[in-house]
Amino acid sequence: MRLTLSELTYAEAISEATCLLMERDPNVVLLGIGLDYSSGVFGTTSKAHELFGSYRVMDTPAMENALTGIAIGGATVGLRPILVHARNDFMFLALDQMLNVLSKWNYMFSGQAGNLPVVIRAIIGRGWGQGATHSQSIQSLLAHFPGLRVVMPSTPADAKGMLIAAATGNDPVVILEHRGLFSVKGEVPSGFTPSNLSSGKIMREGSDVTVIATSICVQESLIVAEELQKLDISAEVLDLRTIQPIDRKLIIKSVSKTQRALVFDTSWTNFGVGAEVGAIIAETKGINLKSPLIRIGQSGVPAPVSKPLEDAHYPSLSNVVRMIQDMVNGTDSYSTEIRSITEDFKGPY
Amino acid sequence: MHLYERMLFIRTFEELVASEYPKGNMKTPTHLGIGQEAVAVGVLSERSPNDVIFSHHRCHNHYLAAGGSPSALFAELLGRKDGCSGGRGGSVHLVDRKVNFLGTSPILTQAVSFATGAAFKFNMFNEKRVAIAFFGDAAFEEGTMWESFNFAALYKLPVLFVCENNRYSTESSLEKRMPKDVTFIEKAKSFGLSANKVNGNDIMEVAKAARIAFDDILRGNGPHLLECETYRFREHVGPAFDFELNRTYRSESEIRISMTKCPLKITESILTEVYNASAEELESILLQTKSVVSESFSIAQKSDFPSKDDWFKHLYSENEVNLV
Repeated sequence: MRLTLSELTYAEAISEATCLLMERDPNVVLLGIGLDYSSGVFGTTSKAHELFGSYRVMDTPAMENALTGIAIGGATVGLRPILVHARNDFMFLALDQMLNVLSKWNYMFSGQAGNLPVVIRAIIGRGWGQGATHSQSIQSLLAHFPGLRVVMPSTPADAKGMLIAAATGNDPVVILEHRGLFSVKGEVPSGFTPSNLSSGKIMREGSDVTVIATSICVQESLIVAEELQKLDISAEVLDLRTIQPIDRKLIIKSVSKTQRALVFDTSWTNFGVGAEVGAIIAETKGINLKSPLIRIGQSGVPAPVSKPLEDAHYPSLSNVVRMIQDMVNGTDSYSTEIRSITEDFKGPY
Repeated sequence: MHLYERMLFIRTFEELVASEYPKGNMKTPTHLGIGQEAVAVGVLSERSPNDVIFSHHRCHNHYLAAGGSPSALFAELLGRKDGCSGGRGGSVHLVDRKVNFLGTSPILTQAVSFATGAAFKFNMFNEKRVAIAFFGDAAFEEGTMWESFNFAALYKLPVLFVCENNRYSTESSLEKRMPKDVTFIEKAKSFGLSANKVNGNDIMEVAKAARIAFDDILRGNGPHLLECETYRFREHVGPAFDFELNRTYRSESEIRISMTKCPLKITESILTEVYNASAEELESILLQTKSVVSESFSIAQKSDFPSKDDWFKHLYSENEVNLV
């Protein structure tokens, strides 16, 4: 079956998925703060609100914990809720419900209490002075708790496909979307097209190093890979796509081939996604790294606001190129300044 | 009479659990509902089969009063695979979807939010159904209670919040947790709910108040709080009496006095004095009840333990949407 493709932004792709889901199933309802504002959560809920109204695209009071419980209770009687958090940092208030209920409901009742098809969209912020409590990225914490699926779409196609898959599946799924990706364009298949929620994907094949990346860092890694090509270094870029369950097979296959690994994640490195990837590599017989693992992410402090501090806090792509250059060649001569995708973001929100 | 029998069934069940518990075959923290039976039976005797129920850690009364399978509950306590939660949930994670008892959670106020959510769905689809949440007095201390109340009142949701106020939270008395002149009823009313308080040990009073609440909710007038004053005879968790274990947070005399106001005793008096039930009749009902409860227990004991090979099942649902 030949699919038609259109070019959509990440935000438009989420919007398209949302409208398709809501049209197809009257049980799908959106809940969160500001969903019916003219801004519609960065454009992702405006169209749905226009089509389906304020009762199905619902602007709720600020009540993250109980709201998640409400989504759960609704799901027990047939509702298919999609919760939306404008920042995943606000979602921390809902962690009790997410970790104590959503992740465990199916298991601790041996399936006798039914499934909880609750989808939670939460946005990761970055830059423009958003600061410590508006730029966290919670995937590692959530992935640690068995039973909760955690995905991070890096392309518009996945932004659409993963939302459709999550909302039509029967498991609770947390979808972390990066604010910096919202205006990124990409090819998106038309129609009702779910993507899978269990595998990673090789975005660019290479032989000298595997760059394992999440979310916007995938896009950044592709830029880095292009620059490395000019230096005759062939980088394989692996989009993890799903943090829980993590695609061990793909990581092992790629790193076995290249024997060099760098993890590029949106959050802090300590106890992060890179730590898990490192463990997977270390646990696997037959992988002998030519160079120690490198983990790249936010520096080990809460995100500062002032621009020079903020710039120092996030990885510079030129630095990433140099690090890989050093890994492969032992040199670090690369000196071009690379502009991050997130530089285009104009605040305040 | 049938209300009395239902309460007696629950009491007999819980007392059998209490007597079996020290044998060590029920390896799960168990919070008995002995003394509080009238609330569960009174409220749930007025519900429609399509109404849904959520509860908290002290949930055996509600599970049984809802019509949940007694042998499945015994089996769950024994950790057997025929337990209502497959042996994986224990005493605090009970479910029986066949009677719309949709799940319990020992984390305070989660059940309150679940019921609010079910009511939200009923409202959205114009279903004439009520969601019921059972909880204790300490639940009012958690923020999620008030988030749920606000939402329920805002959207006039069909939810009945039932508080079993036994004035103790584990070992902390209510006076240590709430200012003296503040009441749950007034707090709830200030959030836009209808609220009433009853003697939770008087089954007729509970049933009547529940009926009024259900009717009002079904007319679309929004959520109700029903506060039922009651008393927990045994310790917070476990089968013993506090005074047997030298706990001093409540005196033995307070406990014994409260046991004289037992909901079963109150109903027995009414049955004998007003309805002329004879002692033989009550004795026969008691024997019959004991026999049914024992039978359920025997069935449960015959159930196997879940297979170790199944330990990974149900982490995720079986249906996965696949790649395009």
